[in-house]
Amino acid sequence: MNSAKRQPDIRGNRLDKDEIAINFSDLHPPLSRSEALIAADRCYFCYDAPCTIACPTGIDIPGFIQKIRSDNLRGSAHTILRENIMGGMCARVCPTEVLCEEACVRNTHEEKPVEIGLLQRYATDPIFDQQVPLFARAPPTGKKVAVVGGGPAGLSCAHRLATLGHDVVVFNRDSKPGGLNEYGIAAYKTIDDFAQKEVDYIVSIGGIELRNNTVLGQDFTLNELRKSYDAVFVGIGLGSTNELGLDQESLTGVDSALEYIAELRQADDLSRLPVGRRVVVIGGGMTAIDIAVQSKRLGAELVDLVYRRGPEQMGASQYEQDLAKTNGVTIHHWAKPVELLGDEHVATIRFERTALDSNGRLSSTGAQFELVADTVFKAIGQLLDVGVLGADTVGLEIRNDRIVVNDVGRTTLRKVWAGGDCVSGGDDLTVTAVQQGKIAAIDIDRRLRKE
Amino acid sequence: MADLKSTFLGITSPNPFWLASAPPTDKAYNVNRAFEAGWGGAVWKTLGEDPPIVNVSGPRYGAIHSNERRVIGFNNIELITDRPLATNLNEMRQIKKDWPDRALVASVMLPMNEETWSKYLPMIEETGIDAFELNFGCPHGMSERGMGAAVGQVPEYIQMASEWAKKAASVPVIVKLTPNVTSILPPAKAALDGGADAVSLINTINSIMRVDYDSLTMYPTTDGMGTHGGYCGEAVKPIALNMVAEIARTKETRSIPVSGIGGITDWRDAVDFLALGASNVQVCTAAMVYGFKIIDDLVDGLSSFLDDKQLTLDQLIGKAVPSVTDWQYLNLNHVEKAVIDQDLCIQCGRCHVVCEDTSHQAITHTVNGERHFEVIDAECVGCNLCVSVCPVDGCITMQQLTEGTDPRTGEPISRIKANWTTHPNNPMRKTD
Repeated sequence: MNSAKRQPDIRGNRLDKDEIAINFSDLHPPLSRSEALIAADRCYFCYDAPCTIACPTGIDIPGFIQKIRSDNLRGSAHTILRENIMGGMCARVCPTEVLCEEACVRNTHEEKPVEIGLLQRYATDPIFDQQVPLFARAPPTGKKVAVVGGGPAGLSCAHRLATLGHDVVVFNRDSKPGGLNEYGIAAYKTIDDFAQKEVDYIVSIGGIELRNNTVLGQDFTLNELRKSYDAVFVGIGLGSTNELGLDQESLTGVDSALEYIAELRQADDLSRLPVGRRVVVIGGGMTAIDIAVQSKRLGAELVDLVYRRGPEQMGASQYEQDLAKTNGVTIHHWAKPVELLGDEHVATIRFERTALDSNGRLSSTGAQFELVADTVFKAIGQLLDVGVLGADTVGLEIRNDRIVVNDVGRTTLRKVWAGGDCVSGGDDLTVTAVQQGKIAAIDIDRRLRKE
Repeated sequence: MADLKSTFLGITSPNPFWLASAPPTDKAYNVNRAFEAGWGGAVWKTLGEDPPIVNVSGPRYGAIHSNERRVIGFNNIELITDRPLATNLNEMRQIKKDWPDRALVASVMLPMNEETWSKYLPMIEETGIDAFELNFGCPHGMSERGMGAAVGQVPEYIQMASEWAKKAASVPVIVKLTPNVTSILPPAKAALDGGADAVSLINTINSIMRVDYDSLTMYPTTDGMGTHGGYCGEAVKPIALNMVAEIARTKETRSIPVSGIGGITDWRDAVDFLALGASNVQVCTAAMVYGFKIIDDLVDGLSSFLDDKQLTLDQLIGKAVPSVTDWQYLNLNHVEKAVIDQDLCIQCGRCHVVCEDTSHQAITHTVNGERHFEVIDAECVGCNLCVSVCPVDGCITMQQLTEGTDPRTGEPISRIKANWTTHPNNPMRKTD
């Protein structure tokens, strides 16, 4: 068969609305009160708890679980949110199996950790549903801080700054705030518009002005902000996606996974969202899994995920890999794309088998195989959009495609802090971005109070 | 399987598990179901004078739950039977006829005058019951009318009523005691002096379960008002065991047979009571929480235990009594230290924090920069707190020092027993 002549099969309505509703319902349904009490009872209330140590935001996990046991849900939510204002989203998207739940001593006792993520959601859901105020602002300081980026790092930073009495303006590139929470995370992980509920809650503290559709490098520059604000926090994430670096990458049907997920997240009717019959995903991180599983759940017949190394090296956790498999995604390890074939639209993608050579480096074995594709999704990481930072930001050190910061988020540029995916030393997790926004805010506050 | 056939005051039953006088034994329907399930005997719900008392038509019970809603403690304000005496007697007669191998005991509660006792007891005994149990224990409702615990709290009344009962009855008389007293010994002694054949204990403990957090009234209530009830269930067992052991080890009372009651839920609880001196046991709350089927575990659990220990039921009874003594006779030369099994330790750190915060700072948290929990013998007083809080069964154990010196005190370990009565710090010590 001459694959180059294949007509692409990309269309909506592969599944009816009811099937879509089931496929995109809550991946982890919330705990009922009795389930939560039983789950909470399993917490040993460890001293210097390993779960808390494992949490990038340092939430006092035994403390909030103890409060669930006593039906003190407001206190429980406060314990969570005072360390991590996005504790609601993190309860949904954190890879808990490699963070708090991996550290749980119950693993040693009986190989089943306390369900910390679900308990965290149980404690925080009512706060966001009913928008219960738990934080009050300190007396106004008269200081004004610009936050660039409306994602987890920026919003976390903004909330902490507002709590400490500063006024904040958040410059957000997109038409909605939330960053990847709103545009980048698989839909079944954050249903019912939770990302916006969370932003509403964050902003409700007061003192945070949200300016959507304002783009760094187009509508304003970093240097302008430095002049007109007392401090600037940069949490712009990674603005562009990595390319495969192949000829014919401009064929239609070769798409960015993140862009498609953003479209999916904003779609009013998922059943009508066009999806390929055969989808090939390149990459091994969370985004690769998210696009593969969502494609399957939209009705794609065959979804192949190809990663150039083995399962241990995948950025996606074991849980995520298993999720892909149980959703019918075929994962191919040790293969990299070498050629895209097709006229105008991609038809086939050719891979080469890889292996580690005697020096431990990835090399080709020479063996090849092809996969037929209506769509090829690239999910091989993102790049810092250095251009937006402006040519006039001399002195802002960027290394390995990330903004360099110290351990409290200070960049090499005076008055400028940064955090989230755009800085060095991160791990591309929401929870890490939240922590970096928080610690930068604390440092900004310390600095502004000295002035 | 060890034979559990039990003889108590000459009354035989296929096992030593009787249902206590309470709602589960209020009528023939329930008692039939209990005997079908395998219970060895039943103490019929307390009979009183006609006209029968009335009960509230609202919450009679309250519970303390674990988070999994397991009932840990239980409370009731139900009074004695609210059915006519004749109805009860007819059913009791029929039950005894249908179940001749089971023990059937009539619990009675009567006003404090001898005529009433001599009038009612023969009438009740005529049903064929094996014994009477005098209810001097219920702490709620009836005690306001001068019965139940109101009698049980006055040893002279216990003795008087026991004498009346013995005069009026030809079957054995068991006196059921209230725990709502400072010491259980005077009531037990009074029963003995009054000629009672045995005592049963404990009845329930005065209690209020909690408040309602919305209405801020006590909980539960009847139309907004509540009253204290009687506390029972697993939570009360240690209180009951102490009282049983006190009677069993005290010279003046140890001759009286004891029927043990209080929180028995599984066969191990029964072992506790029997080993501490009870000759049989009575159960109520566990049946009310789980139904009569729990008798299966009680029976074959106890039977297997006796097999394992190569003991007969009679040999088990009182086995642990000699190990109960006064504090002043404990060996002060005995030294134990906690030992943490590092292979079993799950690193929760609970032992460390409780020892650090509330005891003797005798468990490490970090050793050579690593999270590590280990007992510091130079600080450990052997208090057993860490053993008590450790979530892993068998991970922390107490081990005796038999030689060398105690690193805490620097004193050599002595094999000689020495207690407070001879201790140099005791101003009242015995001297030669």
